[in-house]
Amino acid sequence: MTVARFWRKIPQRYNLVGTKCETCGRHFFPPRTFCPDCRRNGKIVDHKFAGFGTVVTYSVIQTEPDQFASPGPYVLAIIKLDEGPQMTSQVICDPKDAKIGMRVKSAFRRIATDGESGIIHYGTKFVPVE
Amino acid sequence: MVGIITYGVYIPRYRIKVEEIARVWGANAAEISGGLGVFEKSVPDMDEDAATIAVEAARNALLRRKVDPKEIGAVYVGSESHPYAVKPTACTVGEAIGATPEMTAADYEFACKAGTAAIQTCMGLVKSGMIRYGLAIGSDVSQGAPGDALEYTAAAGGAAYVIGNDDPIATINRTASFTTDTPDFWRREGQNYPRHGGRFTGEPGYFKHVKGASTLLLSQLKKTAKDYTYAVFHQPNAKFPQKVAKDLGFKPEQIKPGLVVPRLGNTYSGASPVGLAATLDIAKPGDTIFVCSFGSGAGSDAFDITVTDAINDKIDRAAAPSVEKLLQNPIYLDYARYAKHKGKLVMQV
Amino acid sequence: MREVAVIGVGCTKFGEHWERSFRDLFVEAGALALEDAKMSGDQIDAMYVGNMSAGRFIEQEHIGALIADYAGMTGRHIPSTRVEAACASGGLAFRQAVIAVASGIEDIVVAAGVEKMTDVEPGASTDALTGAADREWEGFVGATFPGLYAMIATDYMHKYKMTREQLAHVAVKNHYNGARNPIAQFPNEITLDTVLKSTMVAEPLRLFDCSPITDGAAAVIVAPLDRAKEFTDTPIRVLATAQASDSIALHDRRDISTLDATVAAGQRAFKMAKLSHKDIDMVEVHDCFSIAEICAIEDLGFCKKGTAGKFTADGETALGGKIPVNTSGGLKACGHPVGATGIKQVYEIVQQLRSEAGKRQVDGAKIGMTHNVGGTGATVAVHILGRV
Repeated sequence: MTVARFWRKIPQRYNLVGTKCETCGRHFFPPRTFCPDCRRNGKIVDHKFAGFGTVVTYSVIQTEPDQFASPGPYVLAIIKLDEGPQMTSQVICDPKDAKIGMRVKSAFRRIATDGESGIIHYGTKFVPVE
Repeated sequence: MVGIITYGVYIPRYRIKVEEIARVWGANAAEISGGLGVFEKSVPDMDEDAATIAVEAARNALLRRKVDPKEIGAVYVGSESHPYAVKPTACTVGEAIGATPEMTAADYEFACKAGTAAIQTCMGLVKSGMIRYGLAIGSDVSQGAPGDALEYTAAAGGAAYVIGNDDPIATINRTASFTTDTPDFWRREGQNYPRHGGRFTGEPGYFKHVKGASTLLLSQLKKTAKDYTYAVFHQPNAKFPQKVAKDLGFKPEQIKPGLVVPRLGNTYSGASPVGLAATLDIAKPGDTIFVCSFGSGAGSDAFDITVTDAINDKIDRAAAPSVEKLLQNPIYLDYARYAKHKGKLVMQV
Repeated sequence: MREVAVIGVGCTKFGEHWERSFRDLFVEAGALALEDAKMSGDQIDAMYVGNMSAGRFIEQEHIGALIADYAGMTGRHIPSTRVEAACASGGLAFRQAVIAVASGIEDIVVAAGVEKMTDVEPGASTDALTGAADREWEGFVGATFPGLYAMIATDYMHKYKMTREQLAHVAVKNHYNGARNPIAQFPNEITLDTVLKSTMVAEPLRLFDCSPITDGAAAVIVAPLDRAKEFTDTPIRVLATAQASDSIALHDRRDISTLDATVAAGQRAFKMAKLSHKDIDMVEVHDCFSIAEICAIEDLGFCKKGTAGKFTADGETALGGKIPVNTSGGLKACGHPVGATGIKQVYEIVQQLRSEAGKRQVDGAKIGMTHNVGGTGATVAVHILGRV
């Protein structure tokens, strides 16, 4: 992940800023600039998601890529945000506690680092709602 | 009247007990806990650092009170463990709370008092009318060298304060500082761990400066310890704040709510800010709070604070976790996992 | 539109080929195909080559030109095109070759696939494969390829109550078949225990649920049906070619454990061939992970959604079963050199239809199907082939 590609989507990564099609009301996260339903008739605006959602499916990853900030088993999940869209993220919890249907909310964490001298990639992961 | 508009705290969930660290080094845990008054300390998760802690503390502050982030005109983050030597934590925080781009920002370092220095700066900017709100944060994932005394107490955590004029929940009536060039504890550029002067950190360091700033402020205000409901002193361990409080005339009940170090450890730049937050968590309108931080190098910032009705009327303290709540349900680590979390294991790069 | 036939096929052994380079592998597969068709390279009019990631694996792009060059074709300046759709690169290369011949624009066309994956360290290999998913919003946040298919498995098992043991039967069957395939990377039989006791990779998928890192190449030659007899006594007719797409990210799918692109491509293929499921004698499906085979046989319509676990455990997809699946050993046992797999699938079906499949021959094989997937289902290519 190069510096420019990371930087370009900082509001999306840090603050869950996605988009919404005002024409049909559909929300998008990750953001889309082109509504698949309305296409050229869709009026797209930014939308900041509240950060609450439900786990739809998950897996406990045992072997992870080298640059990730948390070596060791972690929970990868597809989360359905309350506003509608589904997104992929990590859930910070004891892997034994992960389950389909658990309620989660966003948290600010390190996602990865570009080695010892490269930049730090911050972003959003999720924690269980107590 | 300038004061605290809202506040928030973040403490990571992991802990390690003093007895576990002592086990590794063959030390006497009971003696150490007895001497320091500390039993366990917080440890950051593998994907947490001073920036993520600062962001969570700031976001918690904003959960308690509706403050338009675009009205925050300044962000200052104090830490000894900024993730970058060059590239401010304050910029990441500003972005993560939606305050950018029309704001000023910078990072502070002044050992454990960088957070209170940030509060003073925000006070000045607000009082002068330069900004409407300022965000001051003290956040650390402090490092202690393996086997060193500091390893038992160097902890992770932070607190964020929004400073402003509009209906503060607590007015900061006056602040006074006492600063000298004293090498009691330091870390040279590029070094992994700090060094310290052992017992030299006591009288010439902590006590001289905390007493210096405290007596200065009290004499300026013509007040004594009895005039305050609560007091919060920098807490590198439990013994120092208890002793300085007594020496200054404060009673144990006054410092009790703000004395979190036995269960948290020393969160360095977060220490006094978190102690103040623990006090605000239980404070009532009309309560008065005396705060004095200490940062090695060395200096102390003292504050005279009065809690207002707004603490009940204008903010919802229950909207974000209290210090007490954040101290509950910890996850304990053994030393090996602690070392992994703290980056003490040399990994293949 | 003309009818198209396969007139020659060739495939290298799949495995870790430390001594052989990317170029060596392609040239070997191409030479085998030309020999099989008893033809000279001078008769080739065009080439399509499927390759996912030579840029990441061997720092080489411009594969179409490279392949034509090293196959000795520079003198004739033929059109040579690289086709990329992650793990479906081979299937798409085959489809492009078929379309070129069917349209009348080209006559004799090579469809090849090649991938050289072992020249980089395992971490780099895994990272390159993550490019088949959504790098920005899946890979970057911690999704690995096994992790994505594991989430499909979690969803599937939650909805349809398939057991872990039923899922393990997929790899056992594929290894049984692979043990009878001379080109397979892992020509050894395994037991359920081998699968169930292997290292956990991403729950619930274990090491033996996952296809390996492999080097290999395959090539097939297509021609107009009415010229096939010039080259071979056993031309194999392409009865259908179909392709479909879907969202690149798993989180954007309509249903996490249904690959709608497989459903669409499968339906289009049956329609084009004017055939139905009972006409298919065997099918090569894309078992990059065991759960992928489960979803594939349902999404292609060979059994009802939610029943493939029992269907497999009952032996219905074994060599002697109702619908033999992955007689080659699949991606699991035969190996998965990414860009080559789609072409290898055609190679296997052609051998079956020519009765040249040796110990894994399906008796009386007349019509076979291939199913090749890119990523977690963003691209699918389905082909149906039949004896002439």
